[in-house]
Amino acid sequence: MTSAAPERVETTPPPAADPTIAMPGLAASAAPRRRAAGDGPLARFAKLVLPPVALFIVLVLLAELVVVAAGIPPFVLASPSAILDQLVQYAPQVLAATLATGLNALIGLVIGAVIGVLLAIAASVGRPVDGMLAPVVAAVAVVPIVALAPVFYTMFGSTSEVARILIASIAAFVPVFLNTLRGLRQVRPVHRDLMKSYAATPSQLTRLVTIPSALPHFFTGLRIASSLAVISALVAEYFGGPRQGLGSAITTAAASSAYARAWAFVIGAILLGLVFFVLTSLIERIASRHR
Amino acid sequence: MSSPTPSMPAPEPTPAAESTSVATAATATAGTATATADATEAVVARGVERVFAGAKGAEVTALTGIELAVHDGEFVSLIGPSGCGKSTLLRLIADLDEPTAGEIRVFGKTAKQARIDQSYGIAFQQAGLLPWRSVAANIELPLQLHGADAATRRSRVAELLELVGLADFAKHYPDQLSGGMQQRVAIARSLAEQPRLLLMDEPFGALDEMTRERMQTELLRIRAETGAAVVFVTHSIPEAVYLSDRVVVMSPRPGRITDEIDVRLGDAADRGEDLREDAAFFAGVTAVREALHGPETAPAAGAARGVDVR
Ligand SMILES: Nc1ncnc2c1ncn2[C@@H]1O[C@H](COP(=O)(O)OP(=O)(O)OP(=O)(O)O)[C@@H](O)[C@H]1O
Ligand SMILES: [Mg+2]
Repeated sequence: MTSAAPERVETTPPPAADPTIAMPGLAASAAPRRRAAGDGPLARFAKLVLPPVALFIVLVLLAELVVVAAGIPPFVLASPSAILDQLVQYAPQVLAATLATGLNALIGLVIGAVIGVLLAIAASVGRPVDGMLAPVVAAVAVVPIVALAPVFYTMFGSTSEVARILIASIAAFVPVFLNTLRGLRQVRPVHRDLMKSYAATPSQLTRLVTIPSALPHFFTGLRIASSLAVISALVAEYFGGPRQGLGSAITTAAASSAYARAWAFVIGAILLGLVFFVLTSLIERIASRHR
Repeated sequence: MSSPTPSMPAPEPTPAAESTSVATAATATAGTATATADATEAVVARGVERVFAGAKGAEVTALTGIELAVHDGEFVSLIGPSGCGKSTLLRLIADLDEPTAGEIRVFGKTAKQARIDQSYGIAFQQAGLLPWRSVAANIELPLQLHGADAATRRSRVAELLELVGLADFAKHYPDQLSGGMQQRVAIARSLAEQPRLLLMDEPFGALDEMTRERMQTELLRIRAETGAAVVFVTHSIPEAVYLSDRVVVMSPRPGRITDEIDVRLGDAADRGEDLREDAAFFAGVTAVREALHGPETAPAAGAARGVDVR
């Protein structure tokens, strides 16, 4: 191929190390995105981020206008300015509540993910294990786990965070287990053949093919699980337990008719969910760069 | 390929009993290979049959009564219509699948032993690259698996990249390459450990005509340098004729060998591009065509230019 043959007409792809893969379009597919020529990373970022931000600002202003102009009472719809006011005033409390709920969600996510991965490995190794686990996981998947919150509070005591962590981990477990298991089963036959032709040992097969094949699926599961963990940890607080998380703060504020304050905590919840989602999506994107 | 390659002499002439000449294409007589002769053959298949169990007890006879000997250093093409068991035969030789009857020997060993001893390199129909590994890491895979040290690996990978014309793409990932480039990476990988037997399943199927012809010439050069025996599956008559010492014609339902045609067009080393224009080349194409379709339907040798030269 070194002869003076005419230059072939294959396209030259962009260099492998692309520092700009991370941010935009986190939610959607991990499909590689072709970069338009001459489009800097900054311009691309602006193009992706500016429109939704602009829309958000317009909606907030519209809400403000409607609430003020129509004289809607605050318990129906708090005005954005009132919510912002409360958010600034209660910033330390919102932060503390966000951290409390976030910690429960994080611990739950880690526990759920670890158990999910371990059981997925067990199920992928042995068919009998899979047969045992499948119905259990199906049952867990259809039960709204937060419904168990009152039961767990009585089991672990109402001053303990264990019930919430448990709920978050069960919620996180399901998608991690299902996705990881699918990933472990998705070793392409040609890769299996290839490793067999090299007389690779089972551990080489696992390390060099099975795990790398499954990783993107695991991270997809983790991304889904992260949102579920936050939602579960937060909603579990509505059913009792220690009063320091976002869910508790929202119910407390609403019960004392401080609707704008309740909304301020809701914003904390939205930000918390976003942080979990963005981080796990980022990891997912990086893990499934070259597919 | 500058490192010490097992430098083989040009392939010896095929014993007459094993194959027939272009002029008198006739069914090969087989079963003459003896146990002692096996060790000098790259591949020997005796009475090989592969029956797949289909749905509801139905059976598919993918291969039956396969008698085949590939001599050390010989280039043999398997050609035949889709579904005649070419891939199956290749997988049996590679010990990726087992025959339901008969026996396969590779360099005098069982197919399994040959696989464990890494006696062959294989390139699959789909490139089968690991998408999470760079081009260099993909080529390096067999060396890494078998414990070659880092320096050896690096120099060997550089050599192979040069060989397949992808030196600038070492750090790229498979999803950044065209199909043809991926195929070339797979070919480089199959050559990594300088196997004395190369098994290739339609390796040029995904290539455009120009790249395809260049890769064919390149394969002949590599093969001349290393003296490796090659079992090469293809759908293309001209490709089979251009590359091979011998073309094995197969037919489906049940998959079997119907003919073997000797098409020695000259030493691999001095088979140039102009050979494709040569009369002997067209005669070979016609012979394989006749073997595939039967002489009635094949055009006369003079009209061979009109055949499926894809
Ligand atoms: N794993 C399998 N299970 C069942 N049947 C199989 C299997 N592999 C191959 N077959 C059957 O064996 C026959 C030969 O298949 P094979 O893939 O060897 O054909 P081929 O000659 O390589 O065809 P092609 O040129 O299209 O690649 C086909 O009829 C196919 O249906
Ligand atoms: Mg095939």
